[in-house]
Amino acid sequence: MATDDGSAILQVEEVAKHFGNVVALEGASMEAKDGEITAIVGDNGAGKSTLIKCVAGVHLPDRGRIVFGGEVVRFSSPEEARRAGIETVYQNLALVDELTIWQNLFLNREIKRGVGPVSFLDRKAMARRSEEMLSRLDIHIPSVHARVRRLSGGQRQAVAISRATGWGSRLIVMDEPTAALGVKESGRVEELILRLREEGHSLLVISHNFDQVLRLSDQIWVMRQGRVVGGRRTSETTGDELVALVTGANRGEPDEEGEA
Amino acid sequence: MSGGTVVRGWVGEAVGRRLRDPGFWAERAAIFALIAVVVVFGILSPNFLTVGNLEAVLLAGAILVVLAVGQTYAVVTAGIDLSLGATPTLASVMVGYVVGREGGTLLACLLAVLVATTFGVLSGLVISKGGITDFIVTLGALSVATGLALLISDGRPVEVFDPFLLTLATGSIGPIAYLMLLALVVAVAGHVLMFHTGFGTHLLATGGDKEAARNMGVNVDRVKVTAYAISGFLAGVAGIMLTARVGSAEPAVNTEFLLNSVASVVLGGVSLFGGRGSVAGPVAGALLLTALLNGLTLLGVSEYWQPVAVGSVVILSAFLTRYQR
Repeated sequence: MATDDGSAILQVEEVAKHFGNVVALEGASMEAKDGEITAIVGDNGAGKSTLIKCVAGVHLPDRGRIVFGGEVVRFSSPEEARRAGIETVYQNLALVDELTIWQNLFLNREIKRGVGPVSFLDRKAMARRSEEMLSRLDIHIPSVHARVRRLSGGQRQAVAISRATGWGSRLIVMDEPTAALGVKESGRVEELILRLREEGHSLLVISHNFDQVLRLSDQIWVMRQGRVVGGRRTSETTGDELVALVTGANRGEPDEEGEA
Repeated sequence: MSGGTVVRGWVGEAVGRRLRDPGFWAERAAIFALIAVVVVFGILSPNFLTVGNLEAVLLAGAILVVLAVGQTYAVVTAGIDLSLGATPTLASVMVGYVVGREGGTLLACLLAVLVATTFGVLSGLVISKGGITDFIVTLGALSVATGLALLISDGRPVEVFDPFLLTLATGSIGPIAYLMLLALVVAVAGHVLMFHTGFGTHLLATGGDKEAARNMGVNVDRVKVTAYAISGFLAGVAGIMLTARVGSAEPAVNTEFLLNSVASVVLGGVSLFGGRGSVAGPVAGALLLTALLNGLTLLGVSEYWQPVAVGSVVILSAFLTRYQR
């Protein structure tokens, strides 16, 4: 079971979720420690996305509980999760192609100036702050005034990640951050993820890519058929063991939860 | 001042780069085309470039400018407001109805705007909550508004004698007619709302990528309803302007308002897929269409050719959108 030594920023306990007759999660438990990169691996349909959508407030779990920052939380919308300090970088990145980089970074968090009910956008302040946000993470982009349409896949990912980090968030959830990227761009995004950990951010990352998970993470949780079937410290596991867990080849293993 | 030189050099380079970008020209097609039309007709017809005629063009274009701004708000959400063919008529009939029964100008105008805005709100609600295509909903609204206008007016035009509306139609501040001034105010307010408020950004985001906007917590349904409410409100304003200008309230549907408002928006470089556009573009588009029709009339071209000219210009301009960045 997830230990309660106070260093966990997120604890998921026996969370279940079904959609009609389809059981997406049947009692999944895991935890993420403060300041670590926690990875979730598993096959398609194992329930990874459903699990993080429960954490991010997209889905409300049918059963079980989620403890975030020591408090039991029940988010009924992504906005609530965001206000509590959980930022999610969705697989589709939630960037609007036709808007500029600064407009995307400040989408629904616009800086305004004005008196009373009449307020206008402070475009200059948002552009300036956007430059700061990107340069702090060493992200190189021609101009914050460029439309997102003009960016490469890796640059988009970087913009989406820096938006998630820019708001005093306590946990950043990423769904397949490099799935759509080439080798070189994946490498850049991995560097960015490691830099975030150095800055003290806690990250929860879904990935298909075992090599990447072994390179990046501190803790790995393996999901299969709607359950978390094992947890390992990254330093103490191998790709072969992860494959066995994902496919269910070592079903008879006595300690399914691993140390955490 | 070396700093100034550096800045000037940088600005010059940036301007050069923009001028070589076909997207720069495509986005401003309406403004350049408007200038071209003015120059060409100025050469072809000695009467075109007179102060009196240019004033007439601006005055004739005022109603279309207001409708084009409204249509822009619908189109930028990846929608379209077909009811603009009849809601100005309905608003005009409302004015005639109330004024004809001694209800007073203020009440007449308020009711006209209220009815048209309600049409927009209801269309927006059915589109966003009901999940029905914009095209179908506003097509239905077009028909309903047409029928209501006929019902309220009993199918007959009524003359509207009203000192306020007469002043609105004929008065001016210096050379600028009130109707032009009103159109200018609408255009400026439309621009500020779209590009200098949080709502404007949410509008463009909803039109550009509804899913992304929703993920970021934007209330996309409310944005859609508000966009159509604005379109409806401006249809009401246009209805009042129409009544003032014509001096009567006529239940006849103005299909050319609908076609020309869509044409202005397309000419103005607003993407029909939503998410990008301007207010200045459609305003220039509306003036371009008006100037084109005026010029053709001055040259003695049969008015039967005018729809042909408008349609051709719109289709040509749609090609330019391919070059948008």
